[in-house]
Amino acid sequence: MIERLGRHTVDAIKAVGGFGHFVRDLAHAIPDVAVWGPRTLVQMRRVGVDSLPVALFIAAFTGVVLALQASYTFTGTVPLYFVGTLVGKTMMLELGPVLAGLALAGRVGASMAAELGTMKVTEQVDALETLAYDPQSFLVLPRVLAGTTMFPVIVALAILTGIVTGWIASLVLLDLSTQEFLKGLKLFYRFKDTWFGLFKSATFGCTITLVGCVVGLSTRGGAEGVGRSTTRAVVYSAVLLLVLDAFWALVLLR
Amino acid sequence: MIEFQDLRKAFDGRPVLDGFTLRVPDGETTVIIGYSGTGKSVALKHVVGLLQPDAGDVIVDGRAVATLERAALTALRREIGFVFQFAALFDSMSVFDNVALGLRRRDLSDDEIAARVREALALVDLTGAEERYPAELSGGMRKRVGIARAIALRPRYILYDEPTTGLDPVTSAVIDQLMMRTREHLRVTGIVVTHDMRSAYTVGDRIAMLYEGKIRQVGTVAQIQETEDPVVRQFIEGRPT
Repeated sequence: MIERLGRHTVDAIKAVGGFGHFVRDLAHAIPDVAVWGPRTLVQMRRVGVDSLPVALFIAAFTGVVLALQASYTFTGTVPLYFVGTLVGKTMMLELGPVLAGLALAGRVGASMAAELGTMKVTEQVDALETLAYDPQSFLVLPRVLAGTTMFPVIVALAILTGIVTGWIASLVLLDLSTQEFLKGLKLFYRFKDTWFGLFKSATFGCTITLVGCVVGLSTRGGAEGVGRSTTRAVVYSAVLLLVLDAFWALVLLR
Repeated sequence: MIEFQDLRKAFDGRPVLDGFTLRVPDGETTVIIGYSGTGKSVALKHVVGLLQPDAGDVIVDGRAVATLERAALTALRREIGFVFQFAALFDSMSVFDNVALGLRRRDLSDDEIAARVREALALVDLTGAEERYPAELSGGMRKRVGIARAIALRPRYILYDEPTTGLDPVTSAVIDQLMMRTREHLRVTGIVVTHDMRSAYTVGDRIAMLYEGKIRQVGTVAQIQETEDPVVRQFIEGRPT
């Protein structure tokens, strides 16, 4: 029991040390702009454009559900225009960034872990090194930069979609007027609501892509190892994303 | 010259290389033979710094690989071509881009890169395959693209990791011819890791047998063929006991 605990502790310390080395190597790759620059644009398209349908689909239904649940909760006690407040605040502060983040942890994080894991086990990463490329500047930095810059864009569009579908649901299903919905939406709005959600989503993007790359590049053991890495990337990303969500709420909203 | 000096490497506590010492003279092809899993590829990867030794070092033209800084290691890698066991081609790139990738790290114009790629592909008899993708190639063709990628860099050294493994006898012979043609054409020093004895006899100037983490015997092809060492004899004859 004590031996196992000791082994797990040593493994955990090694993992933290390994992650520290990884981040240091990533920092060393920054001056290599000629390598990571063009590849970042390709990754931005992959992370951004290709992820958009999933994020917008989730946001659209979340907006409708939020409007209906708000109306159900408020009926008879709170004026119905507060539906706009709840839809707006919840989409901007929490559900927009977190639901899109969780969906993209599955889509982006898993695909990066699988892609880099396959490259690792088929020696393509070693081949890159022998061709005098640094895998950090060729593979990792473009992905992390793309995640960090594109997640806020995706989340901004997801928030907008959620608010629009919430508004449409209010008009069609709750007999709320556009003026009433907008009144509720503006009621407690602060600019911080917007930047908090977008800043948070940038940190989610950075975390998800970084985890996908770290896990992918540490893959061992063929197809089975790639499968394990993919699962691990999704689980680690989702857990870290929720921890980060609580952390930013504690630090920035108190 | 490449020198392996008392190289030691263990994985999960299991020693793979245990005092591996070997000199690879310039202009020759040295073949390292040995049973599967005895650390032949591990030794090769130390030459380009893909693995760090637990002890000992590999010296390339006076440079101790394990102690090189990042920039010096990158400079060393520019002088060495590495042909991987399963070619390790980049799936998402065409044959042209696979061969051109290493050249794009050098101060060459697009026209010079295109010319070098065409020359390398011609040398491995793959003219016209530029736009194809690795998934569309046979195993032998993939290996030839891997060789083209290495020779396009015009390296001083070429390291071949199991170049004929998994290929039929005719394709293996083609790869052997390519390795010899490369040596004659580019005058490179080569290290070939293999357990294919026919290939070893064809391409090797010297043969070294790796056994239990050390060099068991090293000599010319004729010396190895006439060896009286029972371990080497059993291996080269392919006898079960």
